[in-house]
Amino acid sequence: MREAPILKADRLSRHFPVRNAFGIRTGAVRALDGVSFEVAPGETLGIVGESGCGKSTLGKALVGIHPLSGGAIVFEGEEISRLSGRERRAVAPRLQYCHQDPGNSLDPRWTVRRSLEEPLIVHTELEAAERVIRIRDLLRQVGLPQTHLDLYPHELSGGQQRRVGLARILALHPRLVVLDEPTSGLDMSVQATVLKLFGELRQAFALTYLFISHDLSVVRMMCDRVAVMYLGRIVEIAPTETLFRAPQHPYTQSLLAAIPDIGGRRVTDTFTLEGEPPDPARLPSGCRFRTRCPRAVAACAETDPALRPLRPDHAAACLLAG
Amino acid sequence: MNAARDILRQLLRDPAAAVGLLIILLLVFIAIFAPLLATHPEAIWDMNPRQRLLPPSDTYVFGTDRMGADIYSRILFGARITMVIASVAVGVALLIGVPIGLISGWTQNWLGEALMRVSDIFLAVPQIVLAIAISQTLGPSIENVILALSVTYWPWFTRLVHAEVRSLKNETFIEAAIALGVPTWRIILLHVLPNVASPIIVRTSIGMGFTILTASALGFLGLGAPPPAPEWGRMIAESREFLPEAWWYALAPGLAIFLVVMGFNLLGDGLRDVLDPRIRRAGARR
Repeated sequence: MREAPILKADRLSRHFPVRNAFGIRTGAVRALDGVSFEVAPGETLGIVGESGCGKSTLGKALVGIHPLSGGAIVFEGEEISRLSGRERRAVAPRLQYCHQDPGNSLDPRWTVRRSLEEPLIVHTELEAAERVIRIRDLLRQVGLPQTHLDLYPHELSGGQQRRVGLARILALHPRLVVLDEPTSGLDMSVQATVLKLFGELRQAFALTYLFISHDLSVVRMMCDRVAVMYLGRIVEIAPTETLFRAPQHPYTQSLLAAIPDIGGRRVTDTFTLEGEPPDPARLPSGCRFRTRCPRAVAACAETDPALRPLRPDHAAACLLAG
Repeated sequence: MNAARDILRQLLRDPAAAVGLLIILLLVFIAIFAPLLATHPEAIWDMNPRQRLLPPSDTYVFGTDRMGADIYSRILFGARITMVIASVAVGVALLIGVPIGLISGWTQNWLGEALMRVSDIFLAVPQIVLAIAISQTLGPSIENVILALSVTYWPWFTRLVHAEVRSLKNETFIEAAIALGVPTWRIILLHVLPNVASPIIVRTSIGMGFTILTASALGFLGLGAPPPAPEWGRMIAESREFLPEAWWYALAPGLAIFLVVMGFNLLGDGLRDVLDPRIRRAGARR
């Protein structure tokens, strides 16, 4: 079927302890609660969900910014979640993380040249002269003039900072890049430019993307497959077209119904998402979505539904799906 | 460097900071060239009973003391002692306090906690009391004053650096460096340290003034450099039995301490305005 996955997440979990006023542990917030998925080389997997569903935690856990509480990450055939500091850092050139605004990932006191040179100093044996050549190449590839090398981040525009941040991430030719909310906070025209840039870079560097976003229309445009997260779990995963055409999980259905669609059928009349997600430290019994689910039945309070395949490439965590 | 010139220019635009800087440059100049500037360099250590307690005159600008030594010359040489004590003590405090603050702020584990609790213990006792206890135990000498002052001042740097590092650790660019696989020592030395440099510089300037004040207090209590040394605090202590008749005896060293401490505080405040990241960032971001 598909080729071997470049990244395989196996039952990832990340728990934050909840402490009372005396610092005694009273419970845990399960930001990630058994998240499993695979990413094929060259594809773009979208991760969507409301704020607080664990999307960002997932991204940061994958690249090692946050430690995991459990589970395994297999990247290019190698288990990386339990590696020691030095061995883990050796994976970093191939597995990169792009912050919401990659411009913010630049040290405010460093020039563009120094910021771009750092990954090369840390991870390659290149001589100073060769590094300069690489840096100039990178700058051209993200579409910035060479004259910007000696500027500080605050001397660049937001868009230019973003490009420098991207250049820094791409300096080591990563295989997979985790993009964390790459379009939030941008106006539509800039958003289009940024997405176009991501598309071009994917071509130029043969990248695989993990595209974390809450913006469903962007995800639909960019991604081959989409995983929907709710309170630390993946509740549905399917190829983009399938998911948007025939969502199976009631949560996905409500999310899709919430997209404003000019000239389209009004689906909001039949399906709305009400209220806030429950406190992740006190999850309801059974299905974690049942408190907001319009279709919930008695059985939903009893069993916590696992993600089960409905078709070979489509899985949902709902008793009633399929 | 360009940045340094910018900072200096901004500093000089602030009259108070410029005055502070001037006082300190003057102090350094005096400390270095004391033998050339002094009118009676030979009379600092000797006794001249015939010239005892003379009021200020053309020969003795600030008058003479109970040994007949020229107070003006003694003040100039006292600047040397003051500068050595303050800069070595603050320097040692920096060398102890900053690394401990970096480690405890970054690691956030039991080691960091333990280091912070140790610094809390030092901060729980007023610095002057602890310094008196230490130099009293070790005996009066310049070395012991320096030791007492640095041992009691490092926790201030640790506190400051610890807090700055903890907030920096959540900054996007630090997270990005971690994700980029930059080794921890490199992140701490090249990303974290330069970004906490400004508050450290400010604290150093204010700390110099504070340390000079404490050193003078120790000298006043007879715990500083032993008698013939022209230590400002000790000079004030000696003058007490001759007040109010020999008013000039206490005036000169008192003024010297006041001016120098004020100079460092003015410079510290000025530096804070120019360097403090919270004030500067508000303007520079976005």
